[in-house]
Amino acid sequence: MALPPLDSSEWHSSFRAFAWGLRSITQTILTIVLFVTYLGIGALAHDTHFSLAWALASTLFVWAGPAQIILITTLGSGATLIQSAIAVTVSAIRLFPMVVSVLPLMRTPTTKRRELIFAAHLTAVTLWVECHRFLPQVPRERRIAFVHGLGCGLVSVCLTANTVGYFLAANLTQTLGAAILLLTPLSFLFSTARNSREIADIVALVLGLVLYPLAAKMNSGLDILVSGVVAGTIAYGVHFWREARA
Amino acid sequence: MSAFIGDWHALAVLFVAGVIPNQIWRMLGLWFGGGIDEGSELLVWVRAVATAILAGVIAQIVVQPPGALASVPDVLRYGAVVAGFIVFMLTRRSIFAGVVTGELFMLAGKWWLG
Repeated sequence: MALPPLDSSEWHSSFRAFAWGLRSITQTILTIVLFVTYLGIGALAHDTHFSLAWALASTLFVWAGPAQIILITTLGSGATLIQSAIAVTVSAIRLFPMVVSVLPLMRTPTTKRRELIFAAHLTAVTLWVECHRFLPQVPRERRIAFVHGLGCGLVSVCLTANTVGYFLAANLTQTLGAAILLLTPLSFLFSTARNSREIADIVALVLGLVLYPLAAKMNSGLDILVSGVVAGTIAYGVHFWREARA
Repeated sequence: MSAFIGDWHALAVLFVAGVIPNQIWRMLGLWFGGGIDEGSELLVWVRAVATAILAGVIAQIVVQPPGALASVPDVLRYGAVVAGFIVFMLTRRSIFAGVVTGELFMLAGKWWLG
């Protein structure tokens, strides 16, 4: 499926643009990655004793995979509200520059800020990547509708995956249930590794993996924050040192 | 209280610890988006800490596994991640190939150990 040319009459209505956005989810491998990831999140929610409605609400209202697994894992292992909130908010800071860089692609001189609220909510790493790929092929005045369609399509895929994962975890044999749960660390590890281009990101990923088991021995309840801040700061130090030498 | 909804307290926790701390950054991006430099040093540090926190959670799931994953012996869980990572690198960073390899390693190991 190719998008219609920019001057096509297909783009005359917002509704059509929404439909083209919706259909574009079939044009990316990232849809499959998201499905697998959210299958795992559904299973993780089940095995950490959250309800299906809770899992679906987290997908609808949080709409950020890393924040969701951080929330489920920390709450599930007995962290306090404030510890979970801090870990989630730190993981979410990256959404700020994503929103800042993606919204100008949709804005026209007459666009009002409130028209962009839903597009801002839908912004997460997958949508951010796809916007940079698809939006140049969409007329500017139809881009918000297109993004709404694309985002709604991706959210629907993930809600379906959550539901399937939740029921699989509830009904499969122990081994297959374990296989579904293993999807989460595998898909997050590889997608994060794939997105890590700068030296700071690579060092942060490796050190974060290695330092958590050490920090967990302290059993402070803040393990994940301690290992994250220490590993991240060392990674930043490496970046800073290399920049200074260059 | 139905099994679907679960308890309302957990849903309230979701909003306080999950939705608000996450959503606030998107809304800040929407309101104050104009003058931020994506390459600024502060953002490099923030991104590194966020990556390390996510890496920590990945490690936590593998090292202290929840639910059914706890039934898989340590060596198979670690082996699955390592095998998946090797194939991920060999296939020029294919997420799909890495995930499938890790899963097959774990399932084959379970089957082999009986």
